[in-house]
Amino acid sequence: MITAAPQLLTGGEAVAHAFRQIEPDVVPVYPITPQTPIIQTFSSMVADGQAHTAIVNVESEHSAMSAAIGSALAGARTVTATSSQGLALMTEVVYIAASMRAPIVMAVGNRALSGPINIHCDHSDSMLVRDSGVIQLFAENAQEAYDLTVMAPRIAEHPGVLLPVLVCQDGFTITHAAEPVTLLRDEEVRDFVGPYAIPQPALDARHPATRGPFAMPDYYFEFRRAQAAALEAALDVVFDVAHRFELLSGRRTGPYEGYRLQGADRVLVALGSSAGTVKDVVDELRDEGEPVGLLELRSFRPFPGRDLARLVHGVRTVIVLDRADSPGGAPPLAADVSFALRDSGVHVTSHVYGLGGRDLHPEEVRAVFSGDAPQYLGVRGGDPCRV
Amino acid sequence: MAELKRWQELPPGGLVTPGDAAQTHTGDWRTAGRPVVQYEQCVNCLLCWLYCPDSAVILEGTTLAGIDYDFCKGCELCVEVCPVGALAMSGERS
Repeated sequence: MITAAPQLLTGGEAVAHAFRQIEPDVVPVYPITPQTPIIQTFSSMVADGQAHTAIVNVESEHSAMSAAIGSALAGARTVTATSSQGLALMTEVVYIAASMRAPIVMAVGNRALSGPINIHCDHSDSMLVRDSGVIQLFAENAQEAYDLTVMAPRIAEHPGVLLPVLVCQDGFTITHAAEPVTLLRDEEVRDFVGPYAIPQPALDARHPATRGPFAMPDYYFEFRRAQAAALEAALDVVFDVAHRFELLSGRRTGPYEGYRLQGADRVLVALGSSAGTVKDVVDELRDEGEPVGLLELRSFRPFPGRDLARLVHGVRTVIVLDRADSPGGAPPLAADVSFALRDSGVHVTSHVYGLGGRDLHPEEVRAVFSGDAPQYLGVRGGDPCRV
Repeated sequence: MAELKRWQELPPGGLVTPGDAAQTHTGDWRTAGRPVVQYEQCVNCLLCWLYCPDSAVILEGTTLAGIDYDFCKGCELCVEVCPVGALAMSGERS
């Protein structure tokens, strides 16, 4: 168990410390707000000799992920970071990284996608790579961003997984806000992540192989099915690594967290920093006798659908908050939750909030619990049917 | 054609190890005719063997011994480079 005192760090700085302690071999990266402080802080650490890492200043995020694939498959522990348009530009290669089973760790400072251009938080960038086959873990605060980043290499490099892991933290709300963060000791992180080992590194000349082959209709589907199986298997690995991390740190940062679910008849499901706001409102409403609870999801991919169904068994209503929209269809988290609860008899409602950095206020969360909230929370003009 | 693998049998990332390509009979892609050797005209210069992009020209020792239609894609390059007209396209695919 650690005895270190908490330090005042932003989420970006906390993740930079995690990178320093993991000490990746290679970091190909391109700066973009609000990810910049992560890599800026880490670059200073490398320049000061606190970590021995080759930082590759590439010309775009497309190149960053391309270099990361080559590096990770060659046999070097590889980390990168991005946000928003950077992730959008990278998306083509993110799919390929997952398909080639490259265990890359990537910090994401979540930011709205253009347009209109905006630098503030929502989850539309993460949702753009929802179907790419990568693991996506969402942090509630700077501490969780640090914890999940320390856990990420062990998840990514697990022989049954071998997939990119994205550790997502809300842009500005977490990346730029200073909070008390307790770091592990450097040697504890080093021992926890261990040496980088993948089954067949590309630079092993005794075992040459072609990577990223063409697949015709006779094999493409089998590739994709194998990839889906790796994602499904990853959930157990996330549990296991979180358990080991808890033994080391005393902090429980698993795939999800149920908050005051006991006896709840309404349960809200959310990702990211909003879970912190919701916890406060749940406490207030519980004090007022309202049986409400929160299910905070950290692992969005793999999606713990069966666990979710078990945890909300007998609940009257599950309320899903999405910080991303799918115009003309169901918001992404609501779609997943609804599918997971399809046979449960639980009523599912859906709200979109916080696009482009719009704050989520406690009174809006109260309105959501009382069933009085519009579908789009906090937008001027309300729902069409209420005009 | 080699037996198609089930998804559980694919290595992570679909690594192709040396020799795997022999299992894919790319001659299946041949859509037009196929090259046929007229041995009585052949001077065994082996330009066809040298130029074939799919290594589909079969040798016995250093003697031209035929075309491997499992891998010949019918590109006609051998017909083009043959200096004595000993290779001609047959209208039959196989």
